[in-house]
Amino acid sequence: MSIDRRDFFKVLGVTGVTLATGKRLGAAPGMESRQEFYGMLYDSTRCAGCQGCEFACAEANGLPTPDLQDLPVAGIERKANETRRTVINAYSTSKGEMYLKRQCMHCNDPACAAACLTRAMYKTHDGSVIWRGDKCMGCRYCMVSCPFDVPKFEYFSANPKIEKCDMCYERIKEGKMPACAENCPTEAIIFGKRRELLAIARKRIHDNPGTYYDHIYGEHEAGGTGLLYLSAVPFEELGLKTTLQKSSYPALTKGFLYAVPSIFVLWPALLLGLQQATKDNNHNEEEDHE
Amino acid sequence: MKKKTMSNTDYTLTGNTTSLSAWQFLREELKPKGRWLTPFNVISLPIMLAGLILIVIRFWKGIGSITNLTQEVPWGLWIGFDVVTGVAFAGGAYVITFMVYILNMKQYHSIVRVTVLNGFLAYVFYAGALLLDLGRPWNVINPIIGNSFGTSSVLFLVAWHFLLYMIAELIEFSPAVAEWLGARRARKILSGMTLGAVIFGITLSTLHQSGLGALFLMAKDKIHPLWYSEFIPIMFFVSSIFAGLSMVIFEGSVSHRVFSDQISEKKHIAHNKILHGLSKVCAVALFAYFTLNVLVFVHEKRWGLLNSPMGYWYLTEMIGFVLLPMVLFFVSYRKQNILLIRIASLVTMIGIIINRLNVTVIGFKWDAAQHYYPSWMEITVTLAVIFTEIWIFRWIITRMPVLRDSPAWAKEQS
Repeated sequence: MSIDRRDFFKVLGVTGVTLATGKRLGAAPGMESRQEFYGMLYDSTRCAGCQGCEFACAEANGLPTPDLQDLPVAGIERKANETRRTVINAYSTSKGEMYLKRQCMHCNDPACAAACLTRAMYKTHDGSVIWRGDKCMGCRYCMVSCPFDVPKFEYFSANPKIEKCDMCYERIKEGKMPACAENCPTEAIIFGKRRELLAIARKRIHDNPGTYYDHIYGEHEAGGTGLLYLSAVPFEELGLKTTLQKSSYPALTKGFLYAVPSIFVLWPALLLGLQQATKDNNHNEEEDHE
Repeated sequence: MKKKTMSNTDYTLTGNTTSLSAWQFLREELKPKGRWLTPFNVISLPIMLAGLILIVIRFWKGIGSITNLTQEVPWGLWIGFDVVTGVAFAGGAYVITFMVYILNMKQYHSIVRVTVLNGFLAYVFYAGALLLDLGRPWNVINPIIGNSFGTSSVLFLVAWHFLLYMIAELIEFSPAVAEWLGARRARKILSGMTLGAVIFGITLSTLHQSGLGALFLMAKDKIHPLWYSEFIPIMFFVSSIFAGLSMVIFEGSVSHRVFSDQISEKKHIAHNKILHGLSKVCAVALFAYFTLNVLVFVHEKRWGLLNSPMGYWYLTEMIGFVLLPMVLFFVSYRKQNILLIRIASLVTMIGIIINRLNVTVIGFKWDAAQHYYPSWMEITVTLAVIFTEIWIFRWIITRMPVLRDSPAWAKEQS
């Protein structure tokens, strides 16, 4: 079989287009990794469970004021939803009652942002993961992908939004702290550069070996998160998932995505070759029969 | 010179001597043909009407007003069944075009058109059903017109492929439209584009059939470990082969009964031979799929997961809906038994529905306190979408040369 000029150009064209468009893959997240991210350190041993952060968050983000009767009680897991971006939960642990604040983890390499086909979910250079309504088409793939089940969707709205903590992105830009960190009376939540927060967390563990459980949750979980946790007890006692992988979640789809350009180059050429090869066979067979 | 080519354009609408204006022709064709009060119409019309009302409510009051979706289970029946399962069933088009146009297996040529039409409509309706599930559908153009390319997203790839593949399938089917309109010149040009569209279409299908599986790769901690593996994309691709072919067998068997007036005696007889050939392909594809599953199962040391309700469910799927239809296909091929082929294809199709729902809905957050079950309204909308597709399918079949032979002039052309 021989490839004539026309077929050659066909294959050349397909290959060229693929190579030209295939480059787009390079624009995956990770470009910002040179930038130093902001983060938050939440120290469960300092938290008094006052819910001041819940109120501050609702006020700063224009969400309904939390219900005063809805207190954290051990055994009941309160969940963030489309009307509240953060919640404090109580747990009865091996070291007595402990509190834990839940909110978006602001992953270094967020699954939600990698999942978003419109880049509505977006990891900013500051390190916050934000949602941009003008881009979002409401497919909820971010919710499917997020290992922490953070993004919430307004199911009862004709113009639904995705609701999640954005680390008070606008406030950071103005040089202020996130509302919850600013309003925490016991300084259980502190805001700063992620690298510095990790150093503080390590120092606390080092200086108080009896107080802390020797692990910083979020240092490596899901490839590292912007929200870091310290606790007196193992983290599964505080309802955190401890079985999450240490590498980032978008890494799980990289293999597939990188195969796409190769398939786009190889398949058309292979198919055309097969078509040319079998065309002759068929012809011969027909001649044999007739 | 230019003028001459223009006047050469042979454009008669009916291909016959009776000359109608384009408008008259379309109006005639839009009229219903055949009886109105058939059982199918009586059942499907009220459901389509109810579906339409529910869709209005959905856009007025939000997705939550008619679905049971939750913050933890954001994708339900409409994605798991309509899109993921529907597209697997539409896989027949790329397999058959591969066999006919790439491997030059001419004996399957008579089912190409109906299969491509089926695939095209499946994409239009089931990918179209995706719009119902989008919270902010007016932004659906964002990833297409280029103001927001989320290229790191598998869904970005799948969305683009849906769009491009619909165009490829439309090109593959377009000669039938040209024959219907009697557009000889157009038919010649469009027929010339078939091979290109087929090659492009198969490449796209390989990637988005597997891409539908790759969508769930990041939901690693949410899907039951018996259904989650890094090989989901390959599993989805391999299973789309026999899913699509089973649909071809099923649809062919129904069409040959319902539209028997459209089909020539010669084609009727040839069809049985086609079914035998397809059953062999199905058997081999099922075997490959089963082997893959066994390899993953053994490799990931999943024995401990078997002795649980989900484990028994997994065994049911693997033995009852993969191994059993595989054996049935083998036996039906050896014994040349048409009825057995039909049964096997039906079992395979049920198995595909079960498998896709296991990954997307049943095994998704299987350990959550609150389980997702589709509401009757979600089911009604799904049925309405399916019925609407069948209505359009029937409309096209009774008008265009899909099952029936092409007009004589078209045969001369090729």
